[in-house]
Amino acid sequence: MTAEKKAKCSTGLTGNIAVAYAMKQINPDVVAAYPITPSTTVVEEFSSYVADGAVTTELITVESEHSAMSACIGAAAAGARVMTATSSQGLALMWEMLYIASGMRLPIVMTCVNRALSAPLNIHCDHSDSMGARDSGWIQLYSETVQEAYDNVVQAVRIAEHGNLLLPVMVCLDGFITSHSIENLCVFDDDTVKGFIGEYKLNQPSLLDVEHPTSYGAVALPDSYIESRRQLAEAMINAKDVITDVAKEYEKVSGRHYGLMERYMMDDADAAIVIMSSAAGTTKVAVDEMRKRGLKVGLLKPRVFRPFPYIEIADALKNIKSVAVLDRADSYSSFGGPLFTEIRSSLYELDKRPKIISRIFGLGGREYGVQDAVKIFEELLKIKETGKVDKLYNYITVRE
Amino acid sequence: MMKRGWKETPIRGIILEAGSSHDYATGGWRKIKPVLDSAKCIDCMLCWVFCPDSAVIVENGKMLGFDLEHCKGCGICAEECPDKVKAITMLAEEEEEEIA
Ligand code: SF4
Ligand code: SF4
Repeated sequence: MTAEKKAKCSTGLTGNIAVAYAMKQINPDVVAAYPITPSTTVVEEFSSYVADGAVTTELITVESEHSAMSACIGAAAAGARVMTATSSQGLALMWEMLYIASGMRLPIVMTCVNRALSAPLNIHCDHSDSMGARDSGWIQLYSETVQEAYDNVVQAVRIAEHGNLLLPVMVCLDGFITSHSIENLCVFDDDTVKGFIGEYKLNQPSLLDVEHPTSYGAVALPDSYIESRRQLAEAMINAKDVITDVAKEYEKVSGRHYGLMERYMMDDADAAIVIMSSAAGTTKVAVDEMRKRGLKVGLLKPRVFRPFPYIEIADALKNIKSVAVLDRADSYSSFGGPLFTEIRSSLYELDKRPKIISRIFGLGGREYGVQDAVKIFEELLKIKETGKVDKLYNYITVRE
Repeated sequence: MMKRGWKETPIRGIILEAGSSHDYATGGWRKIKPVLDSAKCIDCMLCWVFCPDSAVIVENGKMLGFDLEHCKGCGICAEECPDKVKAITMLAEEEEEEIA
């Protein structure tokens, strides 16, 4: 198979180094970044490629993440292919610029190595950072493994630059758990990546097009602002199909299947856990253990959180009796985590809805193990039996 | 000015033609307006130089009056008009122009 010939498999890389390697193969015009744990090694490794002349990228070292995203925005408006990486407080500091990147429809690709937000200060994994940015108009892809992080970064370029979208894309992977662990993965040769992403051509005059002078970032008052935002909403509505199409094309060259979500042992399942990123791997082990005991449980792992694939998620859960949504972030609504509330809302249209609970887990890198998932499955099977939910919203992996 | 629907509006909030701000009437923000006394004016062009909105109309070296579609009523022209001349008076929008 050509796909296998082109791909170099069993390369051992950490998540961050795999992302940097994908960036090397993409060879973006501009990278502007500021280091922050645990994303630092992405840009550190990439800067070696710049120093060695392995890429032709203009690397802009700036004084803060706010400036990093600002520089990315300026470069993208000038028609450059632009990438960056950040985590946690860094993403928080980019806040106002995130909205400008999406509002100006700039196809920037950013790796977000997920980390908790202060206080208390913590450098370990949870999804508070990217979940906080969920309404900023960025597409969000979540990666379970190093392989997925690499694959998502390559696909993100095509998704972002698609003519119907022109949306920035955030590729998320779990801090330390994925970013700093070595896994075997398949990487393409450079030409395959080049061929897959193609040339980037802005379909409108860029900021530097002196033949067609244009104003970027102009004011839009009540008579025009909402039209611009409506267009952004439309792009996000279109994004689902683009992400699916890019994944299909990617499968042809890689042999690896991606969609809006992964369904694991879901076909005949009575109870299911919905969970994103690396913790899905742990949960799969728990599913296998439960299945060995003859218990029908399954796992749903959303890959795409923005746009939110509410129809497909409802379809995947419609025959399940009891569902637990495990969020590695809290929205402090006293109601449930961000993934939970959107999934619960997605189920509203169903005639027969499953029972559903919200469980917050693993904040600040707190370990989530197979036994934690097993306990949740046992609780779900009890809910299935009794039809009663004791606690809609609760924490697990916490000392009581 | 043409009001486009969201599908026809150029995306990314960019402005594709140069000079389009001329088509955007902002004079409605004004609370007071400049009124010219042509008899006093010596056509020194100071008001034209200082007007931040390019709202002073000049033709063939003659100061003709104000483009009230764009004048914001800041009063800089009246302030800068030479002391010995003072050909510009700022009046409330609703006041009549009584200066002959
Ligand atoms: S009032 Fe201000 S804006 Fe109006 S003409 Fe005078 S200087 Fe220009
Ligand atoms: S500054 Fe006064 S005198 Fe000079 S052109 Fe303007 S109105 Fe006339």
